[in-house]
Amino acid sequence: MRQTCLDMVYELAKGDERIVFIGSDLGPGVLQNFKEEMPDRFFMEGICEANIVGMAAGLAMEGMIPYVNTIATFLSRRCYDQIAVDLCLHNVNVRLIGNGGGLVYAPLGPTHEAIEDIAILRALPNMTIVVPADAAEMRRFMPLTVGHEGPVYIRVAKGHDPIVTSDNLPFEIGRAVPIRNGADALLVTTGITLKIAQDAAEDLAREGIDCGILHVPTVKPLDCRAVLQHAAAVPVVVTVEEHSVTGGLGSAVAEVIAESGFDPGKQFKRIGIPDMFPDAYGTQADLLARFAITAEATCRWIRELRTVALPV
Amino acid sequence: MLKHTAADAGLDQRSRDLRRTMVRILAAARRGHFASALSVVEILRVLYDDVLRYNAKDPEWTGRDRCILSKGHGCLALYVMLADKGFFPKAELWQFCRPESILGGHPEVKVPGVEASTGSLGHGLAIGIGMALAARIQRSDYRVFTIIGDGESNEGSIWEGAMCAAKHELSNLTVVVDYNKQQSYGPTSAVLNLEPLAAKWQSFGFAVAESDGHDVAALRRTFSHTPIVRGRPSCIICHTVKGRGIPLVESDPSWHHKSRVTDEEIHSLQEAVGSE
Repeated sequence: MRQTCLDMVYELAKGDERIVFIGSDLGPGVLQNFKEEMPDRFFMEGICEANIVGMAAGLAMEGMIPYVNTIATFLSRRCYDQIAVDLCLHNVNVRLIGNGGGLVYAPLGPTHEAIEDIAILRALPNMTIVVPADAAEMRRFMPLTVGHEGPVYIRVAKGHDPIVTSDNLPFEIGRAVPIRNGADALLVTTGITLKIAQDAAEDLAREGIDCGILHVPTVKPLDCRAVLQHAAAVPVVVTVEEHSVTGGLGSAVAEVIAESGFDPGKQFKRIGIPDMFPDAYGTQADLLARFAITAEATCRWIRELRTVALPV
Repeated sequence: MLKHTAADAGLDQRSRDLRRTMVRILAAARRGHFASALSVVEILRVLYDDVLRYNAKDPEWTGRDRCILSKGHGCLALYVMLADKGFFPKAELWQFCRPESILGGHPEVKVPGVEASTGSLGHGLAIGIGMALAARIQRSDYRVFTIIGDGESNEGSIWEGAMCAAKHELSNLTVVVDYNKQQSYGPTSAVLNLEPLAAKWQSFGFAVAESDGHDVAALRRTFSHTPIVRGRPSCIICHTVKGRGIPLVESDPSWHHKSRVTDEEIHSLQEAVGSE
């Protein structure tokens, strides 16, 4: 997905002279083709995220469309004031590409794990947040970033994630994607947790539990209408995200349904990283399992919540 | 330390007039970063009178020079200059900080002539670098001036930007330091010493000039020689006096920012600048 994203930046830049790429201190050879073919629009600026984001804002104020890429924690936490003031207050067309959203950098520890990037960026006016589920969705999404008005945060997963979306589903920024319908429960996902939800829904189907999935690649602006429409039809709603339960997709969905006169007989659950910094290493999968962000745990929650939910 | 008054030989009629307008704003709004604005008056005056290319009737004219007041809290001086040049009607000045005004305690891009919304310190240099790079990519010949404060120079982002501007050899970028040597809490030398400031900018790759930041002729001479060295960004360190031109303000650090200026204080300020 990450490679697809950067490949798309190169492809888009070839066709649009407004596009520039700004990296911090990325791996050797990143976008070498971009650097060689469009050297005046390729920048590798060193480990100075505040400066990079401000510089991107200045370029955007002059009509350029900068794509800024580094590790997600440094592109969200480290330069938050620059994102708020330079990008969001000015509402400029800068695209932030955050590598390793969630628990991707598990072996590198909590300094590199972007567990609250969606939460903090979601709080900023004018920001758009997109979390593709796989490389195919990234490919469909990226061309839309060129013409989109205002800053966009693109949360990138690990890479080589299984392809779970279909090219039959056109991408629209701000639009949720119904993956399957189900009368017994609704799973709401963003990013790679779509795969977890799909596995859970299939397992549950074998037990006779009919579980729908609403995939939400655009966490902000949230497709409130789709969330309410799909949540209204089922007794159990569960969000699944590779992010803190504080402030992410689950919170966004909770806010919408809590203000909608949500039937108190329904059950709602956020599956995500608890309110703590990851306390172990290993792989992304290890940490997802540690925090029970898995198909198995999702199935358990659905089964349990169904026993207490009242029928719709 | 030398004390100046508005009537002293150092400040001519135009500088005194600009200060008189600032006092009138203060009399209306009763608040503002007054001392920080007084130190940057001549810098802005020379830039807008003699240096910058712009069209006040077409503030977004693409060929204009970009001037960013990175020390956004000095905006009272900027607003007075922009109104003086006709970017917006002077009557707007007396609305400073009122709910319906476009003029807030820090400048925003909704004000005609304001290039970037500033107020959070350490942002204007990076934005200016982006604009200067865009000029290079787009083969435009506009220049970029970023006015930073000395307190603002505590921010690491200023020095990130300094490295970046030098790396890109941005001749079209000039950093102007309003070096009044006072920040909110006290002297910069005590809070976070910047010295040797000129040597710092030089060592970061800038061509550096220094000037008396209230001497209009000296500022004109200095600004007329930018870029100081072709192939390098310029830094002009302007030695200024916080509160310059109004002895009461110069001598009292509490004028860095006031949110309740009293009738008595207004009276004293009006006396100092010769207002009616």
